[in-house]
Amino acid sequence: MIRYILRRLTSSVPTLFLVITISFFLIRMAPGGPFDLEQPLDSAVMDNLKRLYQLDQPLHVQYLSYLKGLLAGDLGPSFYYRDLSVAQLLAKGLPVSIQLGGLALLLALVVGMTCGVIAAIRQNQLSDYAVVTFATAGITIPTFVTAPLFQVIFGLWLAWLPVGGWNDGAVRNIILPVLVLALPQMAVVARLTRSAMIETLRANHIRTLRAQGLSSATIIRHALRGAALPVVSYLGPAAAALLTGSVVVETIFGLPGIGRYFIEGALNRDYTLVMGTVVIIACFIIVFNLLVDVAYAVLDPRVRYA
Amino acid sequence: MSDITLPVLHGRSLWDDAKIRLVRNRAAVASIIILVAVTLLSVFGPFFTGHSHDKVYAEYTRVHAGFQVHPSVDDIPLKLDRIATRLRAKVDDLKIQPDKVIVTVSSLRTIDERSLAFFERSEAFGKPRIIERRDEGKLLVLEAPIAFKRFLFGTDANGRDLLTRTLIAGRVSLSIGLLAASVGMLIGVIYGAISGYFGGKIDDIMMRIVDIIYALPFIFFVIMLVVFFGRNFVLMFIAVGAVEWLDMARIVRGQTLSLRRQEFVQAAEAMGVSHAGILKRHIIPNVLGPVVVYVTLLVPKVILLESFLSFLGLGVQEPMTSWGVLISDGARNIQGAAYMLIFPSLFLVATLFALNFLGDGLRDALDPKDR
Repeated sequence: MIRYILRRLTSSVPTLFLVITISFFLIRMAPGGPFDLEQPLDSAVMDNLKRLYQLDQPLHVQYLSYLKGLLAGDLGPSFYYRDLSVAQLLAKGLPVSIQLGGLALLLALVVGMTCGVIAAIRQNQLSDYAVVTFATAGITIPTFVTAPLFQVIFGLWLAWLPVGGWNDGAVRNIILPVLVLALPQMAVVARLTRSAMIETLRANHIRTLRAQGLSSATIIRHALRGAALPVVSYLGPAAAALLTGSVVVETIFGLPGIGRYFIEGALNRDYTLVMGTVVIIACFIIVFNLLVDVAYAVLDPRVRYA
Repeated sequence: MSDITLPVLHGRSLWDDAKIRLVRNRAAVASIIILVAVTLLSVFGPFFTGHSHDKVYAEYTRVHAGFQVHPSVDDIPLKLDRIATRLRAKVDDLKIQPDKVIVTVSSLRTIDERSLAFFERSEAFGKPRIIERRDEGKLLVLEAPIAFKRFLFGTDANGRDLLTRTLIAGRVSLSIGLLAASVGMLIGVIYGAISGYFGGKIDDIMMRIVDIIYALPFIFFVIMLVVFFGRNFVLMFIAVGAVEWLDMARIVRGQTLSLRRQEFVQAAEAMGVSHAGILKRHIIPNVLGPVVVYVTLLVPKVILLESFLSFLGLGVQEPMTSWGVLISDGARNIQGAAYMLIFPSLFLVATLFALNFLGDGLRDALDPKDR
């Protein structure tokens, strides 16, 4: 197992390298630069700025020096937030995003799997149809529709929760963003669990359990293990989707996470900030996919990694 | 000669079977109806709303949705007062008739008749006709038709008709969905067919490339494309289509791999048909089933992506609009103008729902074993 993990980690290095290379050249080739203002700067000032940030050197030199910095763990200074380094910015934003994403993932798993199991046990009954309808709605209705809708309903009409803001992660402020972020994933998890559970409940080993006269709670517990597999393998894409979703959610609810750096950075041509965000997110996705594969092996004894 | 004629037998092709199964699927039929309705409304609707999508009615900002006409009878005196002020005059007498007003205005000085243009400029009245002129033009009796307007979906914060804008946005969103999905389909089918058909080393390399692109954080890629193509919206979505072909390529490749071993492909090979010929004549027509299914699922994905970008302000630019732009406008004006969010959202969600159901229906119809 440890050898497998190590091999996977080494094989992700080229992927990461490619991601970094492609994004580096894409953002540099985009028209405009980080210091283009409405009123152009004095050319001497501009030259000094460019020299300070090494923008006066040829692209491949910049690329190599960026890679060198990256190996030493240095993400460089931000071009837009002049006094801060990218690492400082990420250190501020990352905990917010992780807290949001983690809670949303947890909520999606717990509620989604519960709904899926209930629907599977009562297939073709009212509660099943309710879950299926909810799941279809959850998958189709985009986050940027549910978010403002929830703001109106819970924030303005009922006035139960604040409409936005972070407020140092107070529970009242987190509820709505997490809910909005979790809904589509919840829907997918419910759908996956339902169909996997229906299939597992028909499997031979479950029939045996039934024949032995075990209680339905025990049978469900056994079936759940088989039904969890598709859900586990969905966790990789789910994590990626949560990151995407958090761009919208952070914008709408005005939360200080890293999702906004993405857009701000790209628009301000804040090269290093964009790169830093990309590197962090790519690493995150790679590690998460690895964890998913390991969990898969633990759950399914048929899967063996040499 | 015998009078008996045998009924002509028609074979039912795979597509005929699929059609029958699709028609029996109520959700799919309802989806088709919704999609046709949304498309027709978006394409032809803007001609009949009586408003242009970029016409600003400065007097009617954030008019709430509803059937009532504007100006209402209660508003008319107020509006006339305001016009009279502009004319440096005051309203002495006012008669409101069903479709016109007869108004007497007087002033201390001669009223400049050119300034009567303020009637039309107010959006509430048509060109006024002078019935009577007294005191050297210090007092005028005017007859002006009322220019009634309806805003079924209300107006936005700039005073533009939301119904027209929602329909125009539908044009933009739908055509972008179709455009990008076709580009994605084209690349994906060709790429997947080549990769699966030639197999071996070529297949390995081509699929490795797909894997690497999969690993890129997709949303970053799209935002980069936006930054890159910023000003050219059509080009940008061709680029989005060029990113969305990965799943398609995988599906087509899998199908091609199994087709490759079928007798008719080997027969064609034995007869010396060229690779390109086999791909065009045998492979691609046979993978069209799953491709059709996947395209119906790709279109909503792209529409969603476009709305997402527009919502973030990276997509369509004003005064052009799309459902994403309208929803983002609605989200900003949610306090007191919830209709601005609700109508575009309804259109978007209905379209997405219909496309997804249609995709599911098509999958069931084309591939009955995969239920």
